[in-house]
Amino acid sequence: MTNIPIIIMLAVLCLVGIGFYALLTTRNLIKVIIALQILVKGGLLALVLAGRIQGQVMVGQSMALTAIVADTIVAVVGLALAVQVRKHHGTIDLKQLTKLKR
Amino acid sequence: MINALVAVAMIICAIQAIRVKKLLTSALWLAGCSAMVALMLYLIGAPEIAVIELSVGAGLVTVLFVFAINIIGDEKPVLEPGIPPLVAWALIILSIGILAYLNLPLLSVVIPDLAEIPMASTTIWNDRMLDVILQVLLIFVGVLGVIGLISDSKAKEINQ
Repeated sequence: MTNIPIIIMLAVLCLVGIGFYALLTTRNLIKVIIALQILVKGGLLALVLAGRIQGQVMVGQSMALTAIVADTIVAVVGLALAVQVRKHHGTIDLKQLTKLKR
Repeated sequence: MINALVAVAMIICAIQAIRVKKLLTSALWLAGCSAMVALMLYLIGAPEIAVIELSVGAGLVTVLFVFAINIIGDEKPVLEPGIPPLVAWALIILSIGILAYLNLPLLSVVIPDLAEIPMASTTIWNDRMLDVILQVLLIFVGVLGVIGLISDSKAKEINQ
């Protein structure tokens, strides 16, 4: 039988790597939020796996629940920010936004 | 076997979500990735959190993304990355290498069989009360965020 934790941990590492890469290279504000979501999904999986290995499933699950709530709120606030920035400045390109002067 | 298949599907969805040019397609791939994560959580043996992830991650967040992209409109994609790709790759290889090194003990670990799974509500309400309070606070912040998302520029016009 194959070793299940190592498969899941490899998937977690891949998700974290993909999210981190997109976070570093992308310049679109919406894509940045998508990258954050992917990154947090990796962390979520790792939390639940850690709880399962330790035999404390419910502790891992309740922490993952907090992570899901926080992640969703981050997405909501980020999207609201993107919508308002787009309305006021006409762009969501991060490089142009950093060049804005008052 | 099925774990490996779900993991591969999850990674393909994640890669597509950041590769695809159109924002709407990207959000839909993210929903697919979320569904695969939920399936994986169920397979590990955490059904409660799998249901929540499926309904919140694949449902609510996708609806919010589609709503926001609808308002913003699909912008022309910018091809050049924010920082040089070489630097990004170096940073990622470094961080993933450290994470992989820290996880080396997992090679000899097998998932133990659980004798009995305790009730979810007992743990959440008795042991992790602080988390619940934090979640309530966060939900209030989220309501403010939704107000910011759906409010149009009427307030600005009144000020002018």
